[in-house]
Amino acid sequence: MTKVTTNLLYSKDHEWVLQLGGNRVRIGISDYAQNQLGDIVFVENPDSDDEVTANETMGTIESVKTASEIYSPVSGTVVSVNEALGDEPEMINEQPYEAGWLIEVEMSNPEELESLLNDGAYQEFVRKGDV
Amino acid sequence: MQENLIGGVAVSTKTVLKRTALFEVYKKYGAKVIDFGGWELPVQFSSILEEHEAVRKEAGLFDVSHMGEVLVEGKDAENYLNYLVTNDVTKIQINQAQYTAMCYPDGGTIDDLLVYKLENEKYLLVINASNIEKDFEWMKQHVEGDVKLENRSSDIALLAIQGPKAEGILQKLTETNLSEIGVFQFAQHVNVDGITEVLVSRTGYTGEDGFELYLAADKVETLWEKLLNTGKEEGLKPCGLGARDTLRFEARLVLYGQELTNKISPLEAGISFAVKTNKESNFIGKAALTAQKEEGLKRKLVGIEVTGRGIPRHGYKVFSGEDEIGFITSGTRSPSLQKNLGLALVFAEHAEVGTQLKVEIRHKKIDAVVIKAPFYKKGS
Repeated sequence: MTKVTTNLLYSKDHEWVLQLGGNRVRIGISDYAQNQLGDIVFVENPDSDDEVTANETMGTIESVKTASEIYSPVSGTVVSVNEALGDEPEMINEQPYEAGWLIEVEMSNPEELESLLNDGAYQEFVRKGDV
Repeated sequence: MQENLIGGVAVSTKTVLKRTALFEVYKKYGAKVIDFGGWELPVQFSSILEEHEAVRKEAGLFDVSHMGEVLVEGKDAENYLNYLVTNDVTKIQINQAQYTAMCYPDGGTIDDLLVYKLENEKYLLVINASNIEKDFEWMKQHVEGDVKLENRSSDIALLAIQGPKAEGILQKLTETNLSEIGVFQFAQHVNVDGITEVLVSRTGYTGEDGFELYLAADKVETLWEKLLNTGKEEGLKPCGLGARDTLRFEARLVLYGQELTNKISPLEAGISFAVKTNKESNFIGKAALTAQKEEGLKRKLVGIEVTGRGIPRHGYKVFSGEDEIGFITSGTRSPSLQKNLGLALVFAEHAEVGTQLKVEIRHKKIDAVVIKAPFYKKGS
């Protein structure tokens, strides 16, 4: 399951961002986050064409035990939603960086990427445990 | 179970948390440890879903040493207890356990508990971890006559081995014939592979057959290891409190703080079998509970299935049309049934199976229907 994640950016809320070219990004949650949540059984993503705002709620992920909000790491318009998670939310546990992605967004303010952490800084952030 | 949720990740607060004697062992088995009402306990070892299934199909081992134990001794112990709790203590024999509740005069619940009759004038009460101080204070306040109370919570440990294969596994470690211990019965002074003075009780909190083992805290690590080694072939798994919660939920076993509180009576929570308003002795809460019975309950605990998209959770509001008619006490995606289920305390006129309701989930009213509970029954 380990995948090269060095090309990803991360928020301190444990979402990752993959730049797909232009202003388009893919968003998911980190391996650390899925592991903390445990067995994921339900995902509520925004719909296509919804607007999302950096650091604001964009949806909910529920594990067996609890419901947790997901915060968007960037602002923009949702252009694609991982519909497969409706039937297989456990993909987030199994492949958080691949089949378990959440949404794709056309960013309205690409400068927001500058405030995100690179892979090294994020791993350090998680390792220090001040999360 | 208090958690701060930050960015979708549970973060424990930095208060001093209580630990059981097995704390150091959790890590060895890969436990994820979190704050459960002031206790640092394993929420899971491998995965809640895997552990849940192990208990339903094979067996699981739980450390529930955080539960409280109070010894009640003396010539007046039986009378005292019968005044303190709602069930009829005079109905149990030595080596029998009884589920009961302890109420305030207004019928609100202080705690739900098990009463073990050890000897004619000696009982062991097993109470919820988060209620130990509150309960013990209440018990002390109401002592009358020759009654001695002793809080043994920190030196008695408790393991639960639960599931269809629990008896077979435990039997390999003891000469005591477990098949002779009936449901809600127990054996005292049992020797489990050299560990002496174990109380072996056919009780549990999972909806499966199984045993709860009470013993001295300094021996619990040895017993934990012996059981896991012995049960390996049968698929015995170490289980955390996450699976304990989903298991008890499916079996509609109530949890204090959710289905039962100081504002919910045991009758409303649907455990009327533990409330004997007709017993000879008076007891605290008798008048209020008798009135509830005679006038009919205003609220009832029901099972619900959310048929729309969403999972019901503790505290979510329940509606009939536009009217708020109750709230969810516990809810999750049921691992055994693969449905989004909840227990809800609703006004009695909405309690009938088949009643269409709505659950408010993140500001949206989602379709739900009253269904039969328990959701799961052993062997189904």
